[in-house]
This record gives sequence, structure tokens and C-alpha cells, in this order.
Amino acid sequence: MKEKYLLNARIIDPKNQIDELGGLIIESNGSIKAVGKKVTKDNIPSNSDKIDLKNKILLPGLVDMRVFVGEPGYEYKENFRTLSNAALSGGVTSIVSMPNTSPVIDNVSMVDFLKRRGRDKSKINIFPAASLTKNTEGKEMTEFGLLKKKGIIGFTDGIKTVQDPQLMARIMNFASQSNSLIMQHAEDNILSNGGSINEGEISTRLGLKGIPSLAEKIIVERDLSFLEEYFCRYHISQISSEKALSVIRRNKDEGIIFSAGVSINNLSLNENDIGDFKTFLKLSPPLRTEKDRVSLVKGINDGSIDVIVSDHKPEDEESKRLTFSQAATGATGVETLLPLALELYHNKLIKLEKLISLMTSNPSKILGIDKGTLEVGKDADLCVLDINKPWVVKQNELRSKSKNTPIENRMLQGQVIKTFVKGEIVFERN
Amino acid sequence: MAILKKLKAVKIKQNHLLGIQDLSLSDVSLILEEAKSFISLNKSSSKKIDLLRGKTQINLFFEPSTRTQSSFELAGKRLGADVMTMNIVNSAIKKGETLIDTAMTLNAMHPDIIVVRHQDSGAPNLLSQKVNCSVINAGDGRREHPTQALLDALTIINRKGKIEGLKIAICGDILHSRVARSNIYLMNMLGAEVNVVAPKTLLPHSIEKLGVKAFTDMKKGLDNCDIVMMLRLQNERMHGSFVPSPREYYEYFGLTPDKLEMAKKGALIMHPGPMNRGVEIDTNLADDINRSLIKEQVEFGVAVRMSCLKIFCKKN
Repeated sequence: MKEKYLLNARIIDPKNQIDELGGLIIESNGSIKAVGKKVTKDNIPSNSDKIDLKNKILLPGLVDMRVFVGEPGYEYKENFRTLSNAALSGGVTSIVSMPNTSPVIDNVSMVDFLKRRGRDKSKINIFPAASLTKNTEGKEMTEFGLLKKKGIIGFTDGIKTVQDPQLMARIMNFASQSNSLIMQHAEDNILSNGGSINEGEISTRLGLKGIPSLAEKIIVERDLSFLEEYFCRYHISQISSEKALSVIRRNKDEGIIFSAGVSINNLSLNENDIGDFKTFLKLSPPLRTEKDRVSLVKGINDGSIDVIVSDHKPEDEESKRLTFSQAATGATGVETLLPLALELYHNKLIKLEKLISLMTSNPSKILGIDKGTLEVGKDADLCVLDINKPWVVKQNELRSKSKNTPIENRMLQGQVIKTFVKGEIVFERN
Repeated sequence: MAILKKLKAVKIKQNHLLGIQDLSLSDVSLILEEAKSFISLNKSSSKKIDLLRGKTQINLFFEPSTRTQSSFELAGKRLGADVMTMNIVNSAIKKGETLIDTAMTLNAMHPDIIVVRHQDSGAPNLLSQKVNCSVINAGDGRREHPTQALLDALTIINRKGKIEGLKIAICGDILHSRVARSNIYLMNMLGAEVNVVAPKTLLPHSIEKLGVKAFTDMKKGLDNCDIVMMLRLQNERMHGSFVPSPREYYEYFGLTPDKLEMAKKGALIMHPGPMNRGVEIDTNLADDINRSLIKEQVEFGVAVRMSCLKIFCKKN
């Protein structure tokens, strides 16, 4: 590969608090050779591969900590190739894949399969997560040490929560030995049982059993209490409610070290969007009230929330074309993560650098990976963004194999025009 | 009747009767006016007319029902429609066929109207998007049971002359009740003041947002009421999961003569049936012909359903 010279860009690298006009040089091995305002057309070789970015934004490729792939077992919902295309068109260059496949990613033999498939079929960096418990049954813990050695980035039961408090305490206690990252989906199953929507006025009107915020808060409180006793690397996958947020804030104020994420859906939508039983908006955790949504935005600004994820969960038509209570939960989102998040910037709710940090440097730090930054020497995983470009989400134009976007027909502002992985252009939009 | 007379009945906009929430005041008045003409027909010796001759009505019941199902069946037959009733409780849907598949199969038989009851809230809405005929909701999950509310309204109007200005208490398992929700919407729309009375465990979240006052003390909830609507408390909810026991429930939430004292003199009692005598209602009160409208509710139910079938069947 020849060296590439990216010029005339607004360079944003939240990790190093850089926001300046300049360029970036990609070395022949695909890493970043130089970056910043000193890289201009005047101090590079004249015969080089120049790409004029015309003042568009250049930022690190996004790191999405919560993505459901579909391989193995649910290839009809999403495979590595379709996921890769979808992710790259949204500027996402690294993902953490959830273990809720069939079979579940819960033993070392599955890891090689995943890594091989991911490498052969996709162009994104796949960081596989394994389950916390065997077959995500919540009964026996998986082999954290061995799995981690094989390349598992973290442990989560994905769409499920370890209910048994004794087992959870032991998991946290044991996982610290191997310094494994625990990622919990916070939901008390008994409280949420049969529920499909936030408990409140809308659930009363629609006649659907509600999921109270307490179902989330109780697990967050439980796990953070354990964390005081059994310190480990602990991350709450995504929260949805003001109640859970206040617990997180209080614990962070007390100096407890952990991290928390939020799905872009819970930042951009609320329970009213469900309207007349739109199953594409049946999510887990559920969309909550506008008040909850606003509090989550505040939680980002005050540092209580560290990460924004797409919670990309492809579902085929048959799984969604059911009554609301029977329909599958989840929505696609990896390719709209950044544009939808930009709404929060355009609406002047979150500063751009902050917003980007929650999808680049922060997740990289939590995961302990060398991604999400434009530092010299790092892989040139890059995203070029036209921050003002207006466009309308159309499910048939999205690249994911499944079409269950929760934001069909939404007008967004900002689109990814180029994506690089290890210095190669892997996506380009005209 | 004043409120109804003021409005000239116009055609209904909706293709389907999915819930009271979708209806306007003029829609309701049209349905009730039509229903009134059927009350006398149902009392006459020759009850059958040919208004819907040649039309096919399918009753699609995913949940067991006695009253509503027979009421719709009779209503369709009296209007001259060909009525087919399908009980899917133990049928194809259990074998993995989805609601949509069932709907598509039935749709291929060219029905003119489908009456559906389903345990999932929103099922009739989903069905209505997939078939070419009109859909009437005969009860979906906890969401709505519009014809029950309409027959309740007709029953009240028949006795009281109007609903506007009345004070109505709905008592019992509000949480799980589609009858309660439909009645709250309809009675509010018709100008009544609505109280709901239930133990806290059986009151839905944010119920006040639906425009009612919520009470956990039955005597306060019944204070000065014209109408007391009792709801059924299902057996499995009586024994510890929502209330401790039937006798504790009866003590505080059963309709007894002493609690009824709080309501207006001559207040009327309603119940959508089937009743648990001695659990939610004193058995003598249920049978008191001066106070209980329970039999009229069943009678007017047929008339209201005839009206709905006539109005919505014509839509397609």
C-alpha cells in the first residue's frame, strides 16, 4: 500500500482533545504516520496519493460496544458481511459482538470460529464478547480466563441478566482474577416479566404490561453493591431510566470505579414513538418517558454515562410482524448510530467532541483496545463525516440484512462519506 | 339523550371498530341511534331482517368467550349475514401459525367483516392492516372492548335518559380490564364524571391521566354516584398475587348494601359478567331488579352489536 495523504480536514480526536484544521498521513503499513495542522499540501511529496477532504470532519472510526451479529445460527437476520457493510457506511470500524448466537458464544471452540468468520467476511474489527454464564442460562459461569486468553474482549449475557445474586457476586469475585470485563444488561426478570413497554401512561393506554424502571434500578444497585466488595472491571451495558442514572451518579460520586452505556435509541426516542403498536420500537430496555430521555442526555454531559451504543439487533420480518407482546425486541442501528447521535449536537444538547468521545475513545478505554483515536502509530481506522448533510432514513436503503430500523423516515443531518480501516478505504459515498 | 340529539348523525370515517379511542362523539351517537332501532326489533316476534344478506361475518375468537361471542353471532344472524365462528383457542395458532397467517387464510375467503377477540393488546389493529374487510374488536388483551362500553352507554341512556352530568364509579380489577378502559374513554366523552375504585395493586400506572379520579376506599369512590359498574376479579388474581384472599377483597371492595349507601339514592348497578357472587358483588344486589341493570346489558348488547355490524359492514 502506498502512503496516503488526507488533506484539508477538520480533525477531531477527543482522546487528545484535538479539534483543528489539518491533515493526516497514513503509512504504508496502514497506521497513522502524522496528524494535525502541520500536515498540509505544502509539506508533503508532490507525487503522493492525496485526498482532499474539503473541510469535512475526520474522526477516529467508531467503536460500537453492543452489536448483535447473527452468526452463527441467525444468518438470516444478519451475517458478518452485511453487518460489516452496514457498520462501515455508518463510520463504525470496531464492534463488540454479543454472544447471543446459536449456539451461544460460551466456550473457547466458538472463539476461533468467530474470529475466522469475522476476518474472512468482514472488513471491520470484531471484538467478540462471550457469555457470562453457560448458554446464558444464569446458572454456571463460563471460563473467563481461558476465553480471555483466546481473545474474548468481555463477558455479558447480552439480552439477559444474571438474576441469581449469589452467582453474580461470585462471577464478579472470580472475574477479577483474570481482570475480565463484565458487561451487565440490567433488568430484573421477575419485575419485567411479561412486560413489553415502559410502565406508565402509555402502557396503561395500550393495555400492555409495563416494565418498571425499578427493574433496571434494582440490578444496578445490586451489582454496584457487589462491586464495593468484589472489585472487578464492571460495565452496565445500557440504561434507560432516570432512576438507574441517579444510582450510577451517586456511586460515581462516591468514587466507585465502573462505566455505563446508553443506547442511541433511548437518547433519541421515547415511549410516545411507539404510537399504534409499532413493533420496531419494542426495545430492551424499553423506550421510556421524555423525562427519562432528557435525564440521560444530562447524564452524558455530567459524565455519569460513558458510552453510546447502537444496540444493533437485527430482526427479520417474521419476528416483528406479530402482536406487540409477541414480537421480538430490538432494532437495527449500527449504520445510523453516528448520524442519529449528531441530532444531539445539532440541537445543541451535547458538544461535538464529547459526543464523539462516547463512541470512540471512551469505549476503547473501557475495552482496553488501541482504537478510537488518531494518535500516531495507531491503526488508521478513520471516518470522514459531512456533518451538515441532510438525508432521510429509508429502510430499503440501509445495508443491514434486517430492516427493523426504529427511525424510518426520520430526517437526519450528517452523513459518513468515507471510512478507512487500517488505512484502506472500505466505504465511500458519492 | 340531549347530547346525542344535538349531533346530527353522519357517516363514520373509520373502516374498523378497534377502540373507543378512535371514535368521535358523532360516531358514537350514530352507533347508539342505530342500536336503539334494533332494541324493539329484538323484542318482536320476527327478529330477522335481511340488511346484511349475502354478507359474510367471521367471528375469530382466540380467547374463550360466552357472552360476547354469542351476542355477536346472534347479532349477525338477525341481520341476515352468514356467520361463521372460529374458536382458535386450541387450533392452528397453537401449532405455530401466526395471527397474520390466520388472517390471510380467512381473508382469502372474502369475508365482509371479521369480529376478533385476542389475548394480546393491539391484535385487532395488526389484523386490520392485513385484511381487506372491516374488523371489529371484541376485546383485545387489557386494551379495549368497545362494544361492551357502547352497550353500557346504551343501557345507561335507556334508564337515565342521558350520560352527561352523571357520576359513574368503575370498581374492581381496573389493571387487567379492557372493559374499564373502554368505559373510561366513552363515559368521559359522553360527559360523565368517572371514578375508578380498586386496591392499589389493581390500579394501572398513571390511570388519572385517562381522565378519572382514582380511589382505594370504596365508600369514598362511590360517594354520590349515579352508576356503579363492577368488574370481574379473576380467580387466579384473588389468592395472594394481587389481593390476599377473596374474603379480604369482598370486605373492602365487594359491592355490599352498606357501601352502596354512599352512592346516590337509587343508584344503578352494572356488571359486564360473568359475576363472582360473594367476591365482588353481594348476590342479592346482583339480582335486585330495581337496581341491577345486568340483564339489560346483555339484551342491549345484541342491539349495539347489530348496529356496529351494520355500520362497519357497509364500509367495504
